[in-house]
Amino acid sequence: MSNHLLSVQDLNIFFKSDKNLTPIHAVRDLSFSIDQGEMLGVVGESGSGKSITNLAIMGLLPETAIVSAKEFVFNKNALLELKDTTWQKIRGGEISMIFQDPMSALNPFLSVEFQMIETIKAHKGLSKKEARELSLDLLDQVGIASPKERLSSFPFELSGGMAQRVMIAMAISSDPKLLIADEPTTALDVTIQKQILTLLKSLQNKKNMSIILVTHDLGVIGEFSEKVQVMYAGEVVEAGKTEEIINAPQHPYTSALLNSRPGAVIRKAKTILPSISGIVPSFNQRPQGCQFHPRCNFTQSDCINQKISLLNGCRCIHPLTNGVNL
Amino acid sequence: MSIILNVEALDKTYPIKKIFKETIELKALTNISFHLAKKETLGIVGESGCGKSTLAKVLTKLENISSGEINFRGKNFNTLSAHEFHSFIQMVFQDPYQSLNPRKKAFDIIAAPLRINSELNEKEISLKVHEMLRKVGLREEFASRYPHHFSGGQRQRIGIARALMLRPEVLILDEPVSALDVSIGAQVLNLLLELQNEFSLSYLFISHDLSVIQHMSDRIIVMYLGRIVEYGTRDEVFNNPQHPYTKALLESAPKPQKGKETSANILKGELPSALNLPIGCAFAPRCPIATEKCKSFIPELEIKKNRMVACFEA
Repeated sequence: MSNHLLSVQDLNIFFKSDKNLTPIHAVRDLSFSIDQGEMLGVVGESGSGKSITNLAIMGLLPETAIVSAKEFVFNKNALLELKDTTWQKIRGGEISMIFQDPMSALNPFLSVEFQMIETIKAHKGLSKKEARELSLDLLDQVGIASPKERLSSFPFELSGGMAQRVMIAMAISSDPKLLIADEPTTALDVTIQKQILTLLKSLQNKKNMSIILVTHDLGVIGEFSEKVQVMYAGEVVEAGKTEEIINAPQHPYTSALLNSRPGAVIRKAKTILPSISGIVPSFNQRPQGCQFHPRCNFTQSDCINQKISLLNGCRCIHPLTNGVNL
Repeated sequence: MSIILNVEALDKTYPIKKIFKETIELKALTNISFHLAKKETLGIVGESGCGKSTLAKVLTKLENISSGEINFRGKNFNTLSAHEFHSFIQMVFQDPYQSLNPRKKAFDIIAAPLRINSELNEKEISLKVHEMLRKVGLREEFASRYPHHFSGGQRQRIGIARALMLRPEVLILDEPVSALDVSIGAQVLNLLLELQNEFSLSYLFISHDLSVIQHMSDRIIVMYLGRIVEYGTRDEVFNNPQHPYTKALLESAPKPQKGKETSANILKGELPSALNLPIGCAFAPRCPIATEKCKSFIPELEIKKNRMVACFEA
């Protein structure tokens, strides 16, 4: 067995559905690993399977999901064989998660104090008084200015940035080994986004915590994560070191995604952007062969029929060699 | 270039009433002046709470202004008839999932402006709707479908088609691509550029995304807490920002290519509440170069280095 903190080999997730006789194949042959203290960036558009993968790691998929994997191991626990009682220890304890919209992730009827103490008591078995002290300390660690006042606040009294800091404080209260951050800054302003991402980065280094940072913004990944995997239609299309992938993408999808950002290169104002035509295929209309071929500029006849595997970190039989094709 | 929209010293305040307490005023917009020329795009950028959307609302008469003047082609906008007004300015909204009535077919959504504001019969309307569907890159058979059949990008195209039915001269685009995926957003931005050329449209492009603003705009307004802090051409503002807030915004924007030292200059703190504005410059509490003067006096917009800046230290 490997020494990775989380090791995933050939993860497949299907969903049963009444309408379709064949189950929907949401995530295909996904393999990746993450080591202690490492950050992994995951980029993809909606429908690429990134959130479903996170839910699978958290054991939060609905009953209709069928999960299979050659290896799906977190910290020596085979996740697919866990009992409910063990899950309760791992979920929120060793693996924590923060969400896109901090406002809807907090319960609006309960004070920050109640919600934090509840979490800490559940995972650490501390007394109420100890839990309160730890809460103050955690709020201080995540950069909240007056922890005592904020502890008695209700979520509606917090700004978006502060609410996300509270969420992070709750997530790290159990000293998790792995933190999953699912689009943690999408709902926030740029200046606040920078504060939150810098906070996550410093927590990663200070606590030697692993982070999976999911985002649709390649800029965020480029600035904060050393490793990245790009997902498209339930598959990883490219994975590796962020710097190499951003400077010389091999997969046409990665390249197109980079180029279609308005700020990718300094252009004259109001020039037409090199966009990707069409949309991400829906779960029940996935094409044969390469998932990206209907939208790809470089499609050849052999892309359409055969199943394409991930080779040297790129799922393409005609990878780009000169990096960015403008 | 002919100026078609001129805004002069615009103020918008909201009264906040509390029982047993004096009514206080929330200043949403203070002393906003700008102009927009034919076929020009004016980008408006700022964080949430800076007044971008309030500005869009007062320009479309969804809210009344408190003081100041708005002129369309030299005519005060209060003197225009509803028909004149609606065929001058239209708006495209941020969230295409909420801005289309789920119980109406695409055809009826796009035809509504004509049914309300024109004398055309149904046959003429039908022709115009189908023509517009083609122009925004949708197939004509989509007309009979309901909004839930469409993807986010297609819905935004419907929103754009609806806004263009009365052939307005000015289109207010309130975060038109921020709810869309990157690759779909690029398609919509390209469509907007094509339509601008075809219909000679002027855009007021509101966004918090600096790269989108930089790509789309000729000139740019940077707003902070209801005031304009910097106003100039795209190249001046982006290549040589003068206001410390503009500088901080540009530095906060994440870039895929690693720069030298990126995280050195993080803006501290958050936007103060608009109900409890600082006495001096609103940005002073977060500003790295604020002096005593900044804390007690409000800087006015002045011309410095080919653009307008509201800062004593710039």
